[in-house]
Amino acid sequence: MSSTVMERLPANSATRGTLSAGRRIITSPKYAPVLVTLGLFIAMFVSGGVRYDNFWSPQVLLNLFVDNAYLIVLAVGMTFVILTGGIDLSVGSVIALSAMICAKLLEAGVPAAGVIAVTLIATSLLGLGMGLMIHVFKVQPFIATLAGMFLARGLCYVISEASISINDPFFVSMASTRIPLGGSASITISVIIALLVVAVAFYVLHYSRFGRTVYALGGSEQSGTLMGLPVGRTKVLVYVVSGLCSGISGVLYSFYTLSGYSLTAVGTELDAIAAVVIGGTLLTGGYGFVLGSALGVLVLGLIQTMISYEGTLSSWWTRIFIGGLLLVFIVLQKVLTRRRD
Amino acid sequence: MSAQLRNFTGSRVFWPVVILVGLIIVDVIAFPGFLDITVKEGHLFGAPIDILRNGAPTLLIAVGMTLVIATRGIDLSVGSIAAISGAVVSALLLNSPTPDNPWTVVQAVGIALILGFILGVWNGTLVAYLKIQPIIATLILMTAGRGVAMLITEGQILTLHSKPFEWFGSGFIAGFPVAVVIAAVVLILTMLVVRRSALGMFIESVGINPEASRQAGIRSRGLLLGIYAFCALLAALAGLIITSDQTAADANNTGLFIELDAILAVVIGGTSLMGGRFSLIGTLVGVLVIQTLVTTVYIVGIPPVATMVFKAIVVIAVSLLQSPTTNEKFANWRKDRRRPTPTKAIEPTREKVSA
Repeated sequence: MSSTVMERLPANSATRGTLSAGRRIITSPKYAPVLVTLGLFIAMFVSGGVRYDNFWSPQVLLNLFVDNAYLIVLAVGMTFVILTGGIDLSVGSVIALSAMICAKLLEAGVPAAGVIAVTLIATSLLGLGMGLMIHVFKVQPFIATLAGMFLARGLCYVISEASISINDPFFVSMASTRIPLGGSASITISVIIALLVVAVAFYVLHYSRFGRTVYALGGSEQSGTLMGLPVGRTKVLVYVVSGLCSGISGVLYSFYTLSGYSLTAVGTELDAIAAVVIGGTLLTGGYGFVLGSALGVLVLGLIQTMISYEGTLSSWWTRIFIGGLLLVFIVLQKVLTRRRD
Repeated sequence: MSAQLRNFTGSRVFWPVVILVGLIIVDVIAFPGFLDITVKEGHLFGAPIDILRNGAPTLLIAVGMTLVIATRGIDLSVGSIAAISGAVVSALLLNSPTPDNPWTVVQAVGIALILGFILGVWNGTLVAYLKIQPIIATLILMTAGRGVAMLITEGQILTLHSKPFEWFGSGFIAGFPVAVVIAAVVLILTMLVVRRSALGMFIESVGINPEASRQAGIRSRGLLLGIYAFCALLAALAGLIITSDQTAADANNTGLFIELDAILAVVIGGTSLMGGRFSLIGTLVGVLVIQTLVTTVYIVGIPPVATMVFKAIVVIAVSLLQSPTTNEKFANWRKDRRRPTPTKAIEPTREKVSA
């Protein structure tokens, strides 16, 4: 879009070329939803600034990252799964489970590095288990990850029914350290971790063989098989990636809350799925970007921020707004992909 | 006889029934009086009755869900619809000057059910006319619905005092709890309508191949719309029973995760999420397996907190046992054992029709 503005000066034919290229981008199912999300985000931010005092500050923007770092990581994992046309319902429970494992092991005196390693390995193994159920035993992703959801939530209760608080100095320092970004603005270390995860995921999806296979699988699994792509391995691996991301997300969540509690993060999987859809990933697989998903998380965060600024609106309006946004984006995707059918 | 037996062991309901019987045996060993039913003041009491009563809302929703899944769809919004219908009834009864008047209750219940039906029409419109994937179309209402229910109750837990309405949750008809009777009537009527008319065939045909059934002259759009509306209507009914049982409307927790239990029951009962053939009897078995499992966990003395782990184990066990991969291995193994007899006896054991 920006190129149309910049290249308006040269010869007439060139202008027309870029214009039609621009139109193609705006109406393509690949880019259009992301652009709409970006436009929406900017529009919401601008209207927020017009409407409320103290809204247009860098810190309001940065707090979107600070408060939603764990959700960004979660949405990245979910993007991999949805790109292949699958779904992962277990992620919310896995956040609770990994925060619980962290809290319990730290309570037992295990050093922080070991705790994080054990947590990430455990959640990746859970993802591996679900992936194997889906690929080897041909269980529907919906059902396999539903079982994973029950298992993770149940294990939380088995570890402890009560909330366990975290006093480990490393975790506390991760929670309280702020990195100044000039002025009074600052971010947490979790934000940097989340952005790193997004960067790695972007690289993997767009510049690695594995990433291309993920897109191919979502486009058409049969064609992928006929092309000799490692369909089975990739299918299992996306669930491992999602498990790992949920683990990282759980660790970030425990940095954020400094406790483990078995009832936390109920329904977070829906937020993650909503963020991925709003971020422009097609639920049937094949189209979508991790950057879009991160943007989707920011839109969800902005809705919450605006509702808290509004003051008179109760917090349950958040759910209604998210539902309405989902509807708009799904219908938009439908319209954009219709012409291709 | 042996042919019938082989039919049964090959059917998809076989493993769920085995698991159900296994659970009941465990219960009887742990608690010898498990299957006893006593009569007090003309009402039936006992663990089996409790299982039926607690399973009734799930069964109601699972019946609707079976039909939705048979059309290759899914309805995630049932829990939210149950919460909305509970909230609407409570708000109407609380604001009414005569909450003990049966006519007031009938009106409130009627409004809640109609609202549920309308929400179902909304779902159905998104799926049938806008052609949005069912899982996403119903995700919208699942997310927004609980917000709407919170708006209706204004974030409060509404406690109800209405004798006629409490009858839904704690009354008895001919000795049986009202909820059980309602669920049984709905199940039997649905089975009759679906199996005695061509409706069941239409549903399966839409689920197997929407395009082919359209060309065969089935009005799949209207059919889909009707089925989503029916499912939502049953969800609203289940919401009423839950609310009446708890004598309170809790917008956050009424029907929370009930969509997952219902989908689980349908899948355990042998209806594939890929659509097509469905089995309402299987769904009944699925609901009973889930509810008996919960009761078993209590009776055997496993801490109730571990219920979810056991649920997960049962889901994994059932889905692995029903998996085509396992069935192939199993069929090969049986073939090997039967090798001395002429090969004529070998028949495909997969995908047997289950009533």
